[in-house]
Amino acid sequence: MFLIADRVSYTYNRRTGVEAVKALRDISVGIDRGSFTGVIGPNGCGKTTLLKLLAGVHTPDSGSISLDGRPLPTMSKRYVARRIAVVPQETHPAFEYTVLEMALMGRHPHLGPFQLEGPADLAIAGEALAATGTSHLAERSYMSLSGGEKQRVIIASALTQSPEVLLLDEPTASLDLGYQLEVGLLLRRLNRERSATMVMATHDLNLAASLCDTLVLMRNGRVLASGNTADVLTSAMVRQLYDVEADVRVHELAGHLTVVPLGRLS
Amino acid sequence: MITVDSAGADGTPLPRRIPRSSIRGRLTATLLGFGMVALATCALAPLVGTTPISLTRALDPAIPFEQNVDAQIFFVARLPRVLAGALVGSALAAAGVVFQAMLRNPLATPFTLGVSAGASLGAMLVIVFGGALTFGSFSTVPAASLAGAAAATAVVYWLATRHGHAISTSVLLLAGVTLNSFLSAIIMFVQYLADFAQVYRAARWIMGDLDIGGYDTLIASLPLVIAAFALFAWLPSSLNLLSVDKDAAAARGVDVPRAQRLAFFSASLATSAAVSLAGPIGFVGIVVPHLVRLLVGVDHRIVLPASALFGAAFLVACDLVARTILSPVEIPVGIVTAMIGGPFFLWLLVRKS
Repeated sequence: MFLIADRVSYTYNRRTGVEAVKALRDISVGIDRGSFTGVIGPNGCGKTTLLKLLAGVHTPDSGSISLDGRPLPTMSKRYVARRIAVVPQETHPAFEYTVLEMALMGRHPHLGPFQLEGPADLAIAGEALAATGTSHLAERSYMSLSGGEKQRVIIASALTQSPEVLLLDEPTASLDLGYQLEVGLLLRRLNRERSATMVMATHDLNLAASLCDTLVLMRNGRVLASGNTADVLTSAMVRQLYDVEADVRVHELAGHLTVVPLGRLS
Repeated sequence: MITVDSAGADGTPLPRRIPRSSIRGRLTATLLGFGMVALATCALAPLVGTTPISLTRALDPAIPFEQNVDAQIFFVARLPRVLAGALVGSALAAAGVVFQAMLRNPLATPFTLGVSAGASLGAMLVIVFGGALTFGSFSTVPAASLAGAAAATAVVYWLATRHGHAISTSVLLLAGVTLNSFLSAIIMFVQYLADFAQVYRAARWIMGDLDIGGYDTLIASLPLVIAAFALFAWLPSSLNLLSVDKDAAAARGVDVPRAQRLAFFSASLATSAAVSLAGPIGFVGIVVPHLVRLLVGVDHRIVLPASALFGAAFLVACDLVARTILSPVEIPVGIVTAMIGGPFFLWLLVRKS
């Protein structure tokens, strides 16, 4: 196991106790190096919180996160950021940064406090833009882009961090079908060809089935099941997760499992 | 480590186009350009005024200072005021940049969080209830306004960190805006209790004025401004990431609570020093950063130093207008910056929407 959450719990607003929300309850998750893991479950099940804990953005109340055998708190934030990058669902900058500037911010953990990025950093950013098909947008304002372009730029920015692990929080949620497919293919390519470890939280069961080799199924801050996608993505499991009756079968043309919801159980 | 080649998303190779934007080149060019503008403004501004003087005569070492009227006007009457303008303009513009990035709000100003209202109340209390003493050329008014600014900063910080060790920027904004109006009410109450002479003096202070009457006050504020600028030097790349997204900044190795604290206290320090020296001169902290962004883009590693330089030039130029437009009457510079800044601000709002 490469990235491990060992019996972690996390509660929002724990300090004040006002509107405290128990987001994760004593859960353990292990991510293999080079795997593509999907984290699925209903709204509020703790997917995003789990990603923030894995990235070291939040610190667990109890339990520990470790990367490559070392607990996260023993490493500097910059060191962790050189190995783990995060792709959020949406990014809204306060100022009109250009696409290139957004991508170059990924170099932050590699630069000293007074160090400016040099030709090597520019080359890395340029390659990340090329890999996500956004080179031609380099001088454009990020805010002026379409949703699909924005998300590809954010992925480029994460790649510019040169990480070993990408944590993706519903990376395709705000994209139309074409861009969903495009971003999905890009992620699969990065996973297969560069052996990048991917952890993706998503509501899209079909996307998860098409991309992920491993699934973690969460509900109410707990892990319901985890394992090979083919083993755990069953209609019984979908019923337990969402209270939805669904037909789960391998699609002949797509070649992977597909989930068609049939009705909600009351 | 994930390395990527220049193949497109669909696997087909794209034209390899490595962007050629050198931050070093842009930074050097910007600093040189804005530095020359600031320097030229500061050198030429003392030459302009009711009495015309010559720079060559003022700097002529052959004439003894006692007999050199041009030199006396240049160095004694006008240069302290110009240097005060440069220091205050620089501090307010840079503080504006830092607050706008830290609060993720392009419409924030150095006065948004109540620092200037606290400083004003401190000055008012001393002006109205006595204690406005002068020791040599030092007055207690700047000291009192510094104390007021520090108190306001402490209150706002305490409110914004009550729910954890990280600053809540939304609470910070709300607390600052509320504190501003609350302190303004107290200031009005204090003025209500004052006599005419005191109210006049208080009103003049609040308008903002660079006529500081010598080098002593300037030298007294210098260490505060230098300290604030030394702290600013650590900020620019964190400000870039914070203004994009707080969690994304944390995921890129920024210590978010520490960066926010550093930004908040350094910008408050710069604002306090500027306001205690010259009163709350409005609009510099918002007009200058926006003008600079229009000229050089939004990267804070360039915007912050460029704004500090351009802020100096801007306020010195505004003060030049204030000194000369109704000559021989000198109007407070705060009126000029507001008359330029107000319409500019509205234009900016209309342009954005």
